[in-house]
Amino acid sequence: MIGILDYGMGNLGSVQNACRFLEVAARIVTRPAELAGCRALILPGVGAFGDCMQHLTVHDFVAPVRNWIAAGRPFLGICLGLQLLFEASEESPEMPGLGILPGRNRRLTPGPELKVPQIGWNRVRPVQPDCPLFRGIPADTYFYFVHSYYADLAEAGTAAAGVTEYGQPYASAIWKDNLLAVQFHPEKSQRWGLQMLRNFSAWSSEQ
Amino acid sequence: MLAKRIIPCLDITGGRVVKGVKFVQLRDAGDPVAVARAYEQQGADELTFLDITASHEDRDTIVEVVRAVARQVFMPLTVGGGIRSAADVRKMLVAGADKVSINTAALLNPDILTETSGQFGSQCIVLAIDARRNPSPAAPGATPGLSWTVFTHGGRHPTARDAVAWAREGVARGAGEILLTSMDKDGTQSGYDLELTRAIAAAVPVPVIASGGVGALEHFYDGLVAGQADAVLAASVFHFGTFTIPQVKSYLQGRGVEVRI
Repeated sequence: MIGILDYGMGNLGSVQNACRFLEVAARIVTRPAELAGCRALILPGVGAFGDCMQHLTVHDFVAPVRNWIAAGRPFLGICLGLQLLFEASEESPEMPGLGILPGRNRRLTPGPELKVPQIGWNRVRPVQPDCPLFRGIPADTYFYFVHSYYADLAEAGTAAAGVTEYGQPYASAIWKDNLLAVQFHPEKSQRWGLQMLRNFSAWSSEQ
Repeated sequence: MLAKRIIPCLDITGGRVVKGVKFVQLRDAGDPVAVARAYEQQGADELTFLDITASHEDRDTIVEVVRAVARQVFMPLTVGGGIRSAADVRKMLVAGADKVSINTAALLNPDILTETSGQFGSQCIVLAIDARRNPSPAAPGATPGLSWTVFTHGGRHPTARDAVAWAREGVARGAGEILLTSMDKDGTQSGYDLELTRAIAAAVPVPVIASGGVGALEHFYDGLVAGQADAVLAASVFHFGTFTIPQVKSYLQGRGVEVRI
């Protein structure tokens, strides 16, 4: 069973729909106690960094999520779910993140050819050869992105598992031990996105 | 590089696709799920549903359409038409829409953009603008024919608003994207209004989707290059099979435009 974390911000339907379509057993987790029966956890982020951390705090999820990751259990962050892993974000400077990875998310800078938010399909270049998310997925495949903040490549360091160019290269995927995260939306990225979710499910059952 | 998006638009009423879709032999060309799947197989980058239901009683049928499509089709879905309140936006997002486009309601009450973007995030709020070119200079000293008035109710009623100013205001209020339709060009198959598209694209930092007027392959190219749009939306040329999505994409790629193939 994969738990999809619901901290009261809604719109988790698309991840659940994708799991149902893939015939991967998944359920929405609304209280920390419900994590008990799960072998893996997906954190799909919605909304702003500060709101999201606040909701996680109010629903008593901060310590359970940190403990989950510290215990080496399979974890996948999606979109804001990647950004929350860092210490902070320019989006909500007053609100600390989960702080599992060092560093701070930065805002994309708009330019004549650079709209912010980045909305649409962009390429992801895998940079860790054995990353389980990218199994069977060609290099430089397009995935669907919607975001205004990003994880800096230098700060992500060796945890960076995928790189995307938008004004500058940034970390669009993270892999460190049991911790996986993507800035894009696999649940909205058609064939290869579904493949990635299938990969996560398969990898998590091997752990 | 971010790819330019090609977006088919489906008109929906009473839970059915209006006019059907003729490019493939579908058992039921009015079934939104079957049509959405066919477009997914073609490699459409996104789908837009426009609810054209006239009667109030049938309003909720679009929610069912979104729910059914979101269970089977895994790409971004935008829903527009008849969105009046934050509650309507929430209903669509919960059903599985990724973005909701707001048109008339935003003109009647611009606060809806502030409210819904604050609540759900700018990334899911699309400001739809229907604009018509002004025949004569709007103000002394203005360039003739280079200003546009915003219309409500599917282009039937003019407002006092200038399209460029309204786009700027909408983005300042939190819209994360602009869906721009030229009322002059819509249905003419003579190409997008490139001056309008370029004027809006230059005025706002968020992505602009050009709509209205596609009839030939070069129109897509012109909209994206001369018009500087980030995405192009079309309905009939796709539904009637004039062009397939792969045809449009390979044409664009051949002319050096970044597309997802």
